[in-house]
Amino acid sequence: MITSDPGIDAAAPPPNTLAERLDALNEFDREPVPQSRLQGKGSFIGLYAGEHVAGTEFVIGPLFVAHGVAAGDLFLGLLLGNLLAVLSWAFITAPIATRTRLNLYWQLRKVAGPNLLFAYNIVNALMFCFLAGSMISVAATAVGLPFGMRMPELADRYPNSAGWVLVVFLVGAVVTTLAILGFSKIATLSKVAAPWMFLVFVAAAVAVLPTLGVRSVGDFWPVAQERIWTGVPAEGVRKFTFWHVLFFAWFCNMAMHIGMADMTILRYARKWQYGFLSAFGMYLGHFVAWIASGILTAAALGSIAPGPIAYLGAGVAGAICVVIAGWTTANPTLYRAGLALQTISPNWKRWKVTLVAGAITTSAALFPALMMKLLDFVALYGLILMPMGAVIFADYWLLPKLGLRREYAQLQRLLFSVPAAVSWVGTLIACWALNRITGLEIFFLGLPGWFMATLLFIGLSYAQQMNGVRTPAYRTVESEP
Amino acid sequence: MRSWLKVISFVGLGLTVVPALLVFAGSIPWATHARLMMVGTVLWFATAPLWLGRTDGTH
Repeated sequence: MITSDPGIDAAAPPPNTLAERLDALNEFDREPVPQSRLQGKGSFIGLYAGEHVAGTEFVIGPLFVAHGVAAGDLFLGLLLGNLLAVLSWAFITAPIATRTRLNLYWQLRKVAGPNLLFAYNIVNALMFCFLAGSMISVAATAVGLPFGMRMPELADRYPNSAGWVLVVFLVGAVVTTLAILGFSKIATLSKVAAPWMFLVFVAAAVAVLPTLGVRSVGDFWPVAQERIWTGVPAEGVRKFTFWHVLFFAWFCNMAMHIGMADMTILRYARKWQYGFLSAFGMYLGHFVAWIASGILTAAALGSIAPGPIAYLGAGVAGAICVVIAGWTTANPTLYRAGLALQTISPNWKRWKVTLVAGAITTSAALFPALMMKLLDFVALYGLILMPMGAVIFADYWLLPKLGLRREYAQLQRLLFSVPAAVSWVGTLIACWALNRITGLEIFFLGLPGWFMATLLFIGLSYAQQMNGVRTPAYRTVESEP
Repeated sequence: MRSWLKVISFVGLGLTVVPALLVFAGSIPWATHARLMMVGTVLWFATAPLWLGRTDGTH
């Protein structure tokens, strides 16, 4: 029987099926990256440093303070957690990215089949919408400053004033319009803003240190312990320990490293060792910037709202920094969400899909809970997408060692890989059960979850390949009308 | 021309961060730091896009 993979046949008719629609959107990245387009170290240093000094950093640092992290736990937890994140990029993501030279989309398509990939894309799009929503909330706290808007507080879950609703709508409308009009210009602005944003973080923190009683470098540590990271959580907030900090720092980008999303970036690396360059993002963004924003929140007497705390440290430039940080993070995220959602309604123009994504995002941004619970959301986001990274890892390295075939969905032209689907959903259910039964918090579920997903996929792949179980295949040439 | 643009950009970055160190050292008041930082911000965004955003955008 001659079979025709719609993703491969150049003479295929216009996209009709789910698989064809998805492939058409990702057409540009179909081929492995050629040698001539590989990038040097400088590109990766800039990329990682820029990507991880973002709007989220204005919220995460203050939330550690609110959760009563002690100074020693914070510094040690961040040092080690970020190291584990760098090692995950270097030893898990980069080796597969530099061998396949494909992005996550095409690699996962081979392993999971196009229909399962569609489901993954939609989940990813919704997560992107919520992430962009939290960044719109962040920007709104700065835009509302000159209008005397009532700022959301740590315990706020719902919109706290009409002013908040208006400002969020305004920021959401601007971000959505710009995402529709000029994504590439925003991407350029993001690149330009990155070094400046990092310096604003540092400068703002340094400028408020005297108000906390730090007059010399030697004063810093005692003040850090007694007035910044005191070890006492805010009222009604659970306390974080060293382990919370370590696991959060390791897994806040879980979707990117062990979830394999950064294959999209690292496929351009000349060597797999470039994965270590993620250290520039981790230690500038997730160490220095988190510490800086924590200092700012202590100087602001515990206020969490990013706009006011940045203004306190850096004046108008600080408020502008919060707007730009939120905007440059929200914009590409919204664009990616729109791209993923376009697979549902392929006849819609890109602007219409981005508008829908913008509406979802802005509606989510109305709820300050999204920003105030950012640590939990980021952990959930990574956890939901991570099992597919484990599936790619197991498929690439472990299945061949067990005498099984790699990329079985592509080999058998399956639309839907049952082992990948069960590993994904099964892992999430198991993590949920682990949380419910043992009380293990969401920040710690990624590690057992990764092993669960890996083992499930290996076991189910073994059963599938030994029994020759098939699920529906791509349409065949003979089945065409 | 490009070199001059870069010099102005880096002066902008300098004005973003150095005044904060002077506040810490007690040499200037916070309000001066905030104003200088704003000047640095304007210099950076007026000049950096003319050279920094023009490199290869492979990613």
